[in-house]
Amino acid sequence: MGGRILLIEDEGNILEAIGFILSRAGWEVQGHGNGATALEAVVRTAPDLVVLDVMLPGRSGLEILRDLRGQPGTASLPVLMLTAKGQSKDRETALELGADAYLTKPFSNAELLETVTRLAEARAGTGPG
Amino acid sequence: MLSFDGLVAVCVVYVAMLFGVAFLAEKRAAEGKARWLKSPITYTLSLSIYATAWTYYGAVGSAARTGLEFLTIYLGPTLVFIGWFWLLRKMVRIGRAQRITSIADMISSRYGKSGGLAALVTLLAVLGTTPYIALQLQSVTLSFSVFAGPSAFGAPDTQQTAIWVAAGLTLFTIIFGTRSLDVNERHPGLVSAIAVEAIVKLTAILAVGIFVVWGVADGPADMLRRIEESPVSQAGWNGARWLGLTALAGTAILCLPRMFQVLVVENSDERHLATAAWAFPLYLLLISLFVVPIAVVGLETYGTEGNPDLFVLTVPLDLGQEGLALLVFLGGFSAATSMVIVAALAMSTMLSNHIIMPLWLQLTRHDDPMSGDMRRVALGARRVSIGGMLFLGYGYYRLSGGADALAEIGLIAFLGVAQVLPALLGGILWRGATRIGAALGIGSGFVIWAWLLLIPNVAETGGLMPAVLEAGPFGIGWLSPATPLGLQATDPLLTAMVLSMGINTLLFILGSLLSFPSPMERLQGAQFVNVYDHSRPLYGWQGAVGMADDLLIMAQRILGAARAAQLFTTAAEAQGRANGVPEPTPDFLEKLERELAGSVGAATAHAMVAQIIGGASVSVRDLLAVADETAQIMEYSSQLEAKSTELAQTAARLREVNAKLTELSKQKDAFLSQISHELRTPMTSIRAFSEILMQGDTLDDSARTRFSKIIHDESLRLTRLLDDLLDLSVLEHGRVTLHEGEAQLCDVLDRAIHAAGAQAETGRLAIARDRETETVAIWTDADRLAQVFINLISNAQKYCDAEAPVLTISVRQLPGRVEVEFADNGSGIPARQRALIFEKFARADTARGAPGAGLGLAISREIMDRLGGGLIYIPSDSGVRFRVRLPARALRAA
Repeated sequence: MGGRILLIEDEGNILEAIGFILSRAGWEVQGHGNGATALEAVVRTAPDLVVLDVMLPGRSGLEILRDLRGQPGTASLPVLMLTAKGQSKDRETALELGADAYLTKPFSNAELLETVTRLAEARAGTGPG
Repeated sequence: MLSFDGLVAVCVVYVAMLFGVAFLAEKRAAEGKARWLKSPITYTLSLSIYATAWTYYGAVGSAARTGLEFLTIYLGPTLVFIGWFWLLRKMVRIGRAQRITSIADMISSRYGKSGGLAALVTLLAVLGTTPYIALQLQSVTLSFSVFAGPSAFGAPDTQQTAIWVAAGLTLFTIIFGTRSLDVNERHPGLVSAIAVEAIVKLTAILAVGIFVVWGVADGPADMLRRIEESPVSQAGWNGARWLGLTALAGTAILCLPRMFQVLVVENSDERHLATAAWAFPLYLLLISLFVVPIAVVGLETYGTEGNPDLFVLTVPLDLGQEGLALLVFLGGFSAATSMVIVAALAMSTMLSNHIIMPLWLQLTRHDDPMSGDMRRVALGARRVSIGGMLFLGYGYYRLSGGADALAEIGLIAFLGVAQVLPALLGGILWRGATRIGAALGIGSGFVIWAWLLLIPNVAETGGLMPAVLEAGPFGIGWLSPATPLGLQATDPLLTAMVLSMGINTLLFILGSLLSFPSPMERLQGAQFVNVYDHSRPLYGWQGAVGMADDLLIMAQRILGAARAAQLFTTAAEAQGRANGVPEPTPDFLEKLERELAGSVGAATAHAMVAQIIGGASVSVRDLLAVADETAQIMEYSSQLEAKSTELAQTAARLREVNAKLTELSKQKDAFLSQISHELRTPMTSIRAFSEILMQGDTLDDSARTRFSKIIHDESLRLTRLLDDLLDLSVLEHGRVTLHEGEAQLCDVLDRAIHAAGAQAETGRLAIARDRETETVAIWTDADRLAQVFINLISNAQKYCDAEAPVLTISVRQLPGRVEVEFADNGSGIPARQRALIFEKFARADTARGAPGAGLGLAISREIMDRLGGGLIYIPSDSGVRFRVRLPARALRAA
């Protein structure tokens, strides 16, 4: 399994942890810590999958998700949302806006890998590649 | 000459005839058939009781003595009936609208239904009427003795005659005056009998006049010549006395109890007044037409020897006209009896209503008010009063011994009752008239009149205490009736009249202006003065045509068309009427009223039905009851309003509390969400790295060390967060205990910098201080203050973005406070985020990723509040500036 993952997360330690886990699993991981410039980062890196935190400085992850879904180039880009708020309302909002998966912090490393793999496979199966 | 017995027989037959007329009239009236009773002529004739035996006989006597002065007695009423017709009409309307039963009732009713005023007027009326009745008895007795020859039972005893006449009149009055307690207080039988007597009276005097002019003299021309030669035409002329007497007579027709009885109480139709306005003056003109000729012929026949008061009788008698004399006798008898009957009736109403009944109610107050037949008591009281009045009249006649002084007492009595006039006129025309004014006026007039005229007259008649009267009481000359106010009165009547009426009127007006009317007086005052606004003209005894239609319309408005129609149809069927419109019988009206009462309340229903029936206008009591009901409704509605206001206020408070709770709940959710975020974030790193470490095989040492350190730092972060949360919670709930004591500001700063510096050994932050200004002794909780300083210093360490970060700490002493300012040389906090810095979990965007939960400033501010000082952010272009303010009491130790 390979491919490029854009990880948008403002907490440095979490960025490092997820980056380490996904890289070890064979992914090429790009990190980005600012919500305001996240969309440009997506366009610039053209990832196969985006891991997106909800609580971001500058711009909320949910807003970024909505914009991604609104643009033709990124409308079907797989997005895994992360949140530390853990309220079911946030989860529903995220799924409604078109998130493909949703993880609540803290999550297990296995859970993260499994989800990322599932999304990548699903994309490989249906999408144009 | 007719024997005494024959004369008695004629009288008995005459009285029996009157009984017959009265009885028939009552019967016809009860059947509703007596058309002639409803005639204005009957009403006018009943007014003729004004011309009593005193004027019937006395006018000729007066003409023989003083010429035309007798005319004043007729002139006064004539002027009132023609010139003051509007006043009479208003009196009659008020009397009907208010169900007035007597002149005393009128006065009392107007002035707030005052019992005291009614009693006062009644007393005045008794004093004014008693000698008048005596006068009638005297004239009848006198005429008897003149006319009748010796009786078969011996010489006629004049005293006996009087007592029999009194007894007969009592009986007649009781029978026809107190048959029932009619609401309208009308007595058709009595009025009919009086009308008949009026005709007899007029016929007799006209017959004598015609006899004198055409029988004794040779027609009018000869008569005029005889008058020219007679001493009658030589009589003097006293303008003041004429004016006074005319005014007095005019007043009497309004105020005499018996005149009020026939004029107002017995009036069955307001329109009759219009006829009476010309017919009554005409009657007076006719009855006085031949007074002068009779007096002239009398004087010619008897010279100064005979009693001129009896010329009317003696002239035809001595000229051999026995039949005519008998008619004259009956005319005089009629004049006397009709006056006595009506006077006794009027007085009995007043006495029983205003003196006996109030006393009786007072005495039986403790009994059950429902027990006992009040009607029987009232009727009994009236019968006793009639007997009492006649007995008083008879007693007075006996005491006076038939003296000449009786003649003068007629005018004295006039003046007595005239004292009511100011209060009567004022009450009808002036809303400002009050009970106090009326009582003062009537009372003062009454006292003056009694002292100046009544008492001297009685004293003269009975020969009592002349010395006191001559010299005045206690020898005070100006109080003597003979010389009131030191005036040498040539005419005591006129003097007394001017004094009593003048002071009466003056006190009435002053009293009214200076006193305040009660609500009842105000209401009654309006009802009297504006009677035409408050009542409809009252015609006839039967309801008007179309009354049932009016009732139906009213019922429809209140009950609804269907219910009203059903009610009326049912009633019509019960009465056997096919057209669906029932006769407004008392039964039906009562039923209708009950139905209406169910919708609009009893008082209103009664008032509405009464309005349409018309026979009984809305009484003040009805109006008051309506007002009561309305007041109750208003009270109830204002209670409802108050309650609804209360409810609205409660609802508003509840909404407010609810909004507050919702807001708090939102804040709580946000706070919990924030805490969750702040806890989960370090937990995420800890879990991720610990899982990596657990797998551990592929990691090199440096990675292992680094990951362990991250786990360690994040757990410290968690601990700090928990500490802060607990700290904030304690501070916010005020449960924190401050350990205040004396401290040196520079020591506290040293401690804080040391603590913060130990945390940030890697930091490059330089701290600029001026130790001299910091040498301030303060009274505070040094640990807490240090916590604040640490927070501010570590914030600068974390967030100051200058190349060479410098934090300047400066201290300023101001009156009552010390300020410590922390300013760094970074780029500061963006303006839009400044408002948020003291919020929990708020961190400037630039502070993202830095350690700390964003509770530091919130905690610091809470601490400074607890210490009685403050922490504020000072907006500035260069760097972040916080100012810590220590309060005055912090200086106490200094």
